[in-house]
Amino acid sequence: MRTCIVWIAGCLVVPLTTTLAMANGWNMPVGVTDVSREIHSLHMTIFWICVVIGVLVFGVMFYSLFRFRHSKGVKASHFHEHTLVEVIWTAIPLLILVGMAVPATATLKKMYDPADADLDVMIIGQQWRWRYEYLGEDVAFTSNLGTPRETVRGEGERGEHYLREVDEPLVLPVDRKVRFLMTSDDVIHSWWVPDLAVKQDTIPGFVNENWVRINEPGVYRGQCAELCGIDHGFMPIVVHAMEEEAFDEWLAERKEAAAQEASGVDREWGLEELMARGEESYNAVCASCHQPDGGGNAPAFPALAGNQALMEERERHVETVINGVSGAAMPAFRNTLSPVEIAAVITYERNAWGNETGDVIQPSDIAERLAD
Amino acid sequence: MAPKLPLHHPVEQSSTANAGGQAAAHPAPRYGIKRWLLTTNHKEIGSLYLIFSLTMFFIGGTFAMVVRAELFQPGLQLVEPEFFNQMTTMHGLIMVFGAIMPSFVGLANWMIPLQIGAPDMALPRLNNFSFWLLPVAFTLLLSTLLMPGGGPNFGWTFYAPLSTTYAPPSTTFFILSLHIAGISSILGAINIIATVLNLRAPGMRMMDMPLFCWTWLITAFLLIAVMPVLAGAVTMMLMDINFGTSFFNAAGGGDPVLFQHLFWFFGHPEVYIMILPAFGIVSAIIPTFSRKRLFGYASMVYATGAIAILSFMVWAHHMFTVGMPLTAELFFMYTTMLIAVPTGVKVFNWVATMFRGSISFEPPMLFALAFVVQFTIGGFSGLMLAISPADFQYHDTYFVVAHFHYVLVPGALFAILAAAYYWLPKWTGHYPNLRLAQWHFWLSVIGVNLTFFPMHFAGLAGMPRRIPDYALQFADFNLASSLGGFLFGASQLLFVWLIIKCVRGGEKAPAKAWEGAEDLEWSVPSPAPLHTFEHPPTFRHESK
Repeated sequence: MRTCIVWIAGCLVVPLTTTLAMANGWNMPVGVTDVSREIHSLHMTIFWICVVIGVLVFGVMFYSLFRFRHSKGVKASHFHEHTLVEVIWTAIPLLILVGMAVPATATLKKMYDPADADLDVMIIGQQWRWRYEYLGEDVAFTSNLGTPRETVRGEGERGEHYLREVDEPLVLPVDRKVRFLMTSDDVIHSWWVPDLAVKQDTIPGFVNENWVRINEPGVYRGQCAELCGIDHGFMPIVVHAMEEEAFDEWLAERKEAAAQEASGVDREWGLEELMARGEESYNAVCASCHQPDGGGNAPAFPALAGNQALMEERERHVETVINGVSGAAMPAFRNTLSPVEIAAVITYERNAWGNETGDVIQPSDIAERLAD
Repeated sequence: MAPKLPLHHPVEQSSTANAGGQAAAHPAPRYGIKRWLLTTNHKEIGSLYLIFSLTMFFIGGTFAMVVRAELFQPGLQLVEPEFFNQMTTMHGLIMVFGAIMPSFVGLANWMIPLQIGAPDMALPRLNNFSFWLLPVAFTLLLSTLLMPGGGPNFGWTFYAPLSTTYAPPSTTFFILSLHIAGISSILGAINIIATVLNLRAPGMRMMDMPLFCWTWLITAFLLIAVMPVLAGAVTMMLMDINFGTSFFNAAGGGDPVLFQHLFWFFGHPEVYIMILPAFGIVSAIIPTFSRKRLFGYASMVYATGAIAILSFMVWAHHMFTVGMPLTAELFFMYTTMLIAVPTGVKVFNWVATMFRGSISFEPPMLFALAFVVQFTIGGFSGLMLAISPADFQYHDTYFVVAHFHYVLVPGALFAILAAAYYWLPKWTGHYPNLRLAQWHFWLSVIGVNLTFFPMHFAGLAGMPRRIPDYALQFADFNLASSLGGFLFGASQLLFVWLIIKCVRGGEKAPAKAWEGAEDLEWSVPSPAPLHTFEHPPTFRHESK
């Protein structure tokens, strides 16, 4: 009878856990890189080891609970301390652990080998967006949350990729080794895409390394994993893995667009076009702190709308956007925005929401300052 | 080890002072608020600690309910992300420093003198001081929620520079409150060490002590070793924020990762500070209700010591993704895996104690059994997290949240509840209401597992921790967790009701309230009079 109960329990637990462990969306994804596959298999191995130990230990425990009940008049025996048993139950777990450590060490060594990469991508964490720079290719852009804020607040339908969509995904080639160099402009973030099995902290003042070689084209989604402030939950990552030729084409297009953007610096810009461009950049980059209406979020993030100091001190305004505020949350944008974008954002801030200074900041002036 | 009864001489007990020339030592008790403010009695201070921690448990629990309510469904409904971050942070801080730690100190205050036959703690006035620091510290901490810019919002691990350069202005008060709570912990630990080493009944050797005293002694050494490290780290934060230093500020040549090393050098032993006393409690309860002595007393003591020593060598397993060198990753992976060995020894010991015992299922035993199963589940996920390559996927996800909650809630907290049920007859003189206790137990078990088990799946499926809103594929897991959380939270109100009933009345408990209980505390009457063991009992240990 009692043995029956243990068996039934065992027979229930094992298939149940198996089903759960294998079910899609309940378990760690197998992923699309060799490393992610190895990690998944380590995960399943240690999981099954735990299940087996659990069944044994809890089996003995529940057997005892059913079999040796005071209410059934069982008298306790008085044995205690048995050196052999104690040595065995110390030694066996030790052996299991050694058996587990061997493959784990091998996988870890692989993960720590970013040498001989075909492509270097700099990943920069910023409150609250990711910046990607294709090193040596003159292509760089920031990637912002694509889900509208109103949807978060409950207006409109939440799509399939709610909170896991961006305005511009990171595009990578398949079958090439891509090295990531990772850092941060402000606080610590962590760049994580489960399907790539890459999770690496981006830390101000440090450059971390990691790498991938993606086996299958596709769209892979993730998000920031390290608490980084108010919008930590709204910092998604989308990786678009393309066939090699398609990637090369995409990169060439981006290069050309970047060159055009750079040439735009030299010409004279009008208020209207700067405002339009500025609104776009402001909403993508500045609005998460200073709010879309310029109302700010006191005390950390001052209001820009109706800000007298801002309107009167044009020079300080430019300086603040370019170099940030030391010791405060305002980052320097000299390396993350182009001269056109900086000029447009400043022009926008000086003329939007009733801040009617009429000032027009020319990209060429900004470019000159950046060159200093 | 063990059975210490009967005593050679009947022990004299008194509620205030007795005729035997003891009156001078115990002035007439004060009444009203002064009694509690000025008390130096280990039982009264123990009760203060326990009431304080229960209060904090409900405050921290309320914050958890806010978090679970916001996560009930996708989207932002109830609170702003800014306030959400304050809730997760305060929940963690209050539960760790305000609920779990002080409740163990409360149990130590009440039970260690009774278990070793001492009249009181070795340093009674210090004892009073270390308790009364706590309400000051936590009033200060809670008051930050009302300050401009809000309270701490950087997680209970307060990583720099989010907690320094980017922190709200109230952070300086947060640092001060941690300092005060830390002083309280250090003083409490000194007191426990002094008591255990000096005030054991004549004839009681170290290896005769109940395991609760052993685990607390080792815990106290951990506290003394690591609380100053925390104090150092928060002082460096204070300097960075207010005095222009750059310990953790990369722009000034500082090192944000240094903060994490300092924090986790404190933080990992801290984790064991919150579980070792639980081991002691369970090691008392399981033999009592199995009517069989603990299988391996000595190996339990050695395993506790081994865990304590290892706890200083594993801290960077919280930092596998910060970009440490390969050798460091390997070292911390191996040492972390090693912890499974002494922890396994403990679990095997408890099971071996039950094997061929004579088991009954009074409320303390129910909670202790649930502890063994659920703590082991938390241990399993801990073993998985130790595998460094896999940790790159688990780290900072709900899998980690599930892991440490399994160790702390159905683990440590269940052990504290077990202890309360075990010793309530000694404290109040009444047995707790059985019916109510069983309801409390079953609702808690269902609630806690419904809350925390789905978190494993949410984490594996890719949900990071500390986010106020989530992608749609995590919705079902969060719905289950929230429902479980509300159930668990609400069922703790039963516990309060049960305690009130138990203090007021109920079935009278004899000195030896449980048939199989063997330790010294069961030789004094129930309820334990205010002063016990004014004459040390003569302890007779069984020949080995």
